[in-house]
Amino acid sequence: MSSTAHTHGAHEPVKKSTGRLVLAWVLVGIPLAYGVFQTLTQVAALFG
Amino acid sequence: MGFLDRDHSIAPPGFNRWLVPPAALAVHLCIGQAYATSVYKTALVKHFGASLTEVGVIFSIAIVMLGLSAAVMGTWVDTNGPRKAMFTSAMFWAGGFVIGSVGIFTRQLWLVYLGYGFVGGIGLGIGYISPVSTLIKWFPDRPGLATGMAIMGFGGGALIASPVSQALLKAYDPNSGAQGWVASGDAVGKLFLTLAVVYLAYMLFGAFTVRVPADGWRPAGFDPAKVKAAKLVTTENVSARNAIKTRQFWLVWVALFCNVTAGIGILEQAAPMIQDFFRQSDGKSLVSAGVAAGFVGLLSIGNMSGRFAWSATSDVTGRKRIYMVYLGVGAVLYTVLALAGSSATALYVVLAFVIISFYGGGFATVPAYLRDLFGTYQVGAIHGRLLTAWSAAGVAGPLIVNGILDAQGKPGQLNAASYQPALLTMVALLIIGFVANLLVKPVDARFHEPRPERHTSSMEA
Repeated sequence: MSSTAHTHGAHEPVKKSTGRLVLAWVLVGIPLAYGVFQTLTQVAALFG
Repeated sequence: MGFLDRDHSIAPPGFNRWLVPPAALAVHLCIGQAYATSVYKTALVKHFGASLTEVGVIFSIAIVMLGLSAAVMGTWVDTNGPRKAMFTSAMFWAGGFVIGSVGIFTRQLWLVYLGYGFVGGIGLGIGYISPVSTLIKWFPDRPGLATGMAIMGFGGGALIASPVSQALLKAYDPNSGAQGWVASGDAVGKLFLTLAVVYLAYMLFGAFTVRVPADGWRPAGFDPAKVKAAKLVTTENVSARNAIKTRQFWLVWVALFCNVTAGIGILEQAAPMIQDFFRQSDGKSLVSAGVAAGFVGLLSIGNMSGRFAWSATSDVTGRKRIYMVYLGVGAVLYTVLALAGSSATALYVVLAFVIISFYGGGFATVPAYLRDLFGTYQVGAIHGRLLTAWSAAGVAGPLIVNGILDAQGKPGQLNAASYQPALLTMVALLIIGFVANLLVKPVDARFHEPRPERHTSSMEA
């Protein structure tokens, strides 16, 4: 796991948090992707 | 409840700042449900034996409370930090659904007003502003991108809540297969309870994930001196109390008010408007109800994507310039829509999509605009006060459009020409907003916080 975070400049130890980062984005990304997909399905009628 | 205090949410060294946007999104995706109330509106009308207007009051109370609580609680949110604010917002938002469900089960509409409208509305206001100043502090190099990501969630919340609510209503109502089915009150009550549990869990995830940066933190490679080079970006700070005394605050208020009012003009009438624009001489429209619903969905995507894309773009162009685009190009597009929108469906759809993306962009860009003008000190509180422009536009937009359309004829008989007076009124509003934005200059030094005092205040907070 890796991280891109830096504090007080770029000289402090980097904390490993990739797993937590992925989990956090998946938790919000999946519902959002579902909502966008459902809406696009509805939008298809506009071009059908 | 000390674990909610700002001091307990200071990020440890090496904390990944990209954990903060999903925490903010978790809150905004939940409170964005406010735009999906139409899913159960008819069911509530039938259940309570009330009029559409009486049920619509639930949503109106919630939006008014959003603006009021954001304005009143902004300083509290800035002082107590995002964790306590998100936790409080979660309690109010979920609590509002629970109280609302009791009102539905016992057939007492006033309890739904109190629950979803009043209590839930407070959750909306606190939740909306809760992550804004924190994101700006974590992303001083890209504040537009950061706030765009969060506020995009408010637009995206309805996209999730609508299909999920429809599916749950069908699951909770044994008669859902019947022809002309309208969900029962019992099903809506159960839906409210389900949403309360799910939203509480998601918002608490946001509350316990969010962190504030330690004093003196800045991202690697970020040079504040470069930010100062931009004319309208200050390195000074202005308190919320002083900000509302400045001309700049009210100029941005007017710009936001005009942008939102114009956007609501289209959003409120989206489905009937596209059908009316393409109504033939025999009274029938070339656009079916199904296609009109697809158009509404497309506008939702435009609203959401505009929040992210335009706000992120503002980090490159600067906030004043992007607002000139929203208001100036918006006025031109509105004019074309009014005068030539009925010539082709594709032209109409593209124009409306871009206009609504500007509407969303205006919301998402404004926190970074305030940061540029007033600094980061109490930007959350200043943002909260500015959101009264949204509440005012929420009243003014529909009043203007509906008032003008009522004078043009009855619904179902309107055509493209009927909309011209309303759309050209919106053009005038956008021009007023454009001029207001043009007049924005750096804030006078007399409003700046004294530097030593400011340092003490931020340490106390």
